[in-house]
Amino acid sequence: MRHLLQKLGFYLIALWAAISLNFFIPRWMPGNPVDIMLSKLAQRGPVTPETRRAIELLLGGDSSLPLWDQYWQYLGQVLGGDLGVSVAYFPTPVVQVIDQTLPWTIGLIGISTVISFLLGIGLGQLAGWKRGSWLDNVVPVTTMFQSVPYFWLALILLFAFGSVWQVFPLNGGYDVWEVSPGWSPEFIGSVLYYGTLPALTIVISSIGGWMLGMRNMMVSTLSEDYIVTAEAKGLKPRRIMTSYAARNAVLPSVAGFAISLGFVVAGSIVTEAVFSYPGIGSALLQAVNSNDYALMQGIFLVITLSVLGANLLVDLLYTVIDPRTRARA
Amino acid sequence: MTGLTEAPALVSGADRLRSLGRSLPTMTPKLAAGLGIAALIVLFGLVGPLLVGNPSTVNNIGLSAPSAEFPLGTTQTGQDVLAQLAHATRGSLTIGLIVGVLVVALSAFFGIVGAYAGGWVDESFSLISNVMLVIPGLPLVIIISSYVPDKSLLLVAVVLAITGWAGSARVLRGFTLSLRNRDYVAAARVSGEKPWRILCVEILPNLVPLLASQAVFAVIFAILGEAGLSFLGLGASGSFTWGTMLYYAQNGLALRLGAWWWFVPPGLLIALFGAALSLINFSIDEIINPKLRAQTRQTRKAWGLSRAELRRVAKEDEL
Repeated sequence: MRHLLQKLGFYLIALWAAISLNFFIPRWMPGNPVDIMLSKLAQRGPVTPETRRAIELLLGGDSSLPLWDQYWQYLGQVLGGDLGVSVAYFPTPVVQVIDQTLPWTIGLIGISTVISFLLGIGLGQLAGWKRGSWLDNVVPVTTMFQSVPYFWLALILLFAFGSVWQVFPLNGGYDVWEVSPGWSPEFIGSVLYYGTLPALTIVISSIGGWMLGMRNMMVSTLSEDYIVTAEAKGLKPRRIMTSYAARNAVLPSVAGFAISLGFVVAGSIVTEAVFSYPGIGSALLQAVNSNDYALMQGIFLVITLSVLGANLLVDLLYTVIDPRTRARA
Repeated sequence: MTGLTEAPALVSGADRLRSLGRSLPTMTPKLAAGLGIAALIVLFGLVGPLLVGNPSTVNNIGLSAPSAEFPLGTTQTGQDVLAQLAHATRGSLTIGLIVGVLVVALSAFFGIVGAYAGGWVDESFSLISNVMLVIPGLPLVIIISSYVPDKSLLLVAVVLAITGWAGSARVLRGFTLSLRNRDYVAAARVSGEKPWRILCVEILPNLVPLLASQAVFAVIFAILGEAGLSFLGLGASGSFTWGTMLYYAQNGLALRLGAWWWFVPPGLLIALFGAALSLINFSIDEIINPKLRAQTRQTRKAWGLSRAELRRVAKEDEL
C-alpha cells in the first residue's frame, strides 16, 4: 500500500511539473505569442473578451496580474478542461481537436508498440537461450535498424511499397473517398489497410532494442544458481527457459517499456508526418506551422498526460509481476 | 536496457595502472569495424568540407545523376550533393559532440554526485531525473524550438541535451549506489579522504566504461534527434546537417522523382555512424558486464575444437 502511494505521489509531482512547464515555457521564450495568436484569431472572426482572456492566461499576455495569480488561474482553467481556441482549426476548441486526433495515435502507436515489444521479448528469449545460434547473430543486425533514422526508413519503405509496387496507400488514415467513419466493417478494414505500413515501420525500427535487452538479461539469468538447480532436478528445458529464466529476465524490459513510451510518442510525431496520418502528431505539426500556440501547448499537455498514465499502468503491473518491489516498500 | 544491472568489474586503488590496460576493450572484429567506420566518417566531416566547393552554389543542371563532375549528383537547384554531404557531416557530428559532452556532464552531476551524497540530495536529484524521464522529449523540443525563430546549432544542441540526460543519470545512479557501499570506499572514508577525492579517485575510475557507453548513446541520440527535428523543419536555421539535407530532399520531391543520390547518402551515413557507435558500445558493454562475453561459435572454433567437440559444448550449453 505504501509503495502504491509513493508511486501515485511521484506521478502527481510529474504531472504538476509538466503543467508548470507548460505554463512557464511561453512566458520565458522570446517573442510575444499572445499577440500573434490574437491577431491570427482576429483574421478568422471576432474575438470575444472571454477568448482573449483564456489565451492570455494560457500564454502569459496579461502583465497586470502578478505571476503567482496568473499561475493559480491557469491551473484552474487547465483542470477545468479549457485549453483555448485553435487557430489552425478555427473555431474548434483545442480540446475538441485533441479529442478527434488522439484515438488515431493511440490506436496506431499503441498497437504497434505492443506488437514490437512482445515479438522482441520472444525472439530475444530464444536468442539468449541458444547463444551463438543464427538467431543470436541476427540480434546485432536488428539493433542496426535502430540507428537507421526512423523517418528515413519509413520514407524508403513508403517509396518502395507506396510508389514503386503500390501495395499500400501513400498517406492518410482511411479511404476518405469510399468509406465514412463509423463502426462498419468497411471502415475498420480500411483503417487496418492504411495502418499496416506505418505500423510495420514502427515495429521494424524498434524491435531490435527489445531483442537485445532481453537477450542480454537472458544470458545473465542463465548463469544463476537456480537455473543450475532446475537443470539438476531434470526439469524440461522448455520449462526452465520460460518459467525460470525468461520470467526473471523480462523484468528490466517491462520497466524499460514504461520509459520507452516517451520515445514512442516522440516517434509518433515523425511517423504521422511521413504518412500524413490524422493523429495528434500531425495536429502538433499543423499547430507549429501556423503558430497555433494554444493548440501546441494543449497537445504537449495531453501527450505528457498519456505518457504519465501509461507509465503508471506499467508501474502497477510491475508490482504485480515482481513481488520484490512490494516487499521493499 | 542492455543488461547494465550487473556490478562493474571493480578496480581497487592500488593496481589502477595495470587495470587500465585490462579495462580497455579487447580488439574484436566488432570493435575494429565500429572504430574503423566511425573514424572514416569523422575524417570525412573534418577534411571533407575543405576539399569540396561551396555547398550552396546554385547551378542550372538540377537533379542530374552522379557523374564525373558531381560524384553524388546534384539537387533540384543544381547544388553539389557531395559538397552538401561533407558540410552536413561536419554539422551533425558537431551536434553529436556537444550533446555528448553536455549529457555526460549533466548525468554525471545528477547521477553520481546525488547517489554519493545520499539523503535528501539523492532523493531530490533522482526525483528530478525521473520526472525528466517521463516527460516526453521530442514534443518538448518541438515546442521550445517553435518559439525561437532563429536557432543556432548550439541552441538546438543544448535543448537536446536538456531533454536527453535523464536516462543516463538513472543508470549512473544505480551503479554509484552499489559502488559507494563497497569496503574499499568505506576504508577510504575511514582513513579520512575528502569526499571529492573519494568521488574522483575511488569511484569515478570504476564508472569510466559506463560513462563511455552513455556518451556513445548520447551521441547517437543527439544525431538522430537533430535529424528528426530538422526533418520536421525545426532544426537550426541556415545550418547543414544530415537532417536538413533529408528535409530539403523530401520537400524537393526527391523520392517521387527517384533522385536516390539525394536522399540515400545522408540517411545511409546516419545509419552507418549509428551502427558503428553501437558496435563500439557492444564492446564496452562486455567490459561492464563480463557475463556477456559470450563464447560464441566463432570463439570456440578458435579454440581448435573438432566438430564433434563443438557440438558437445553447444549441447551442454543448451541443457
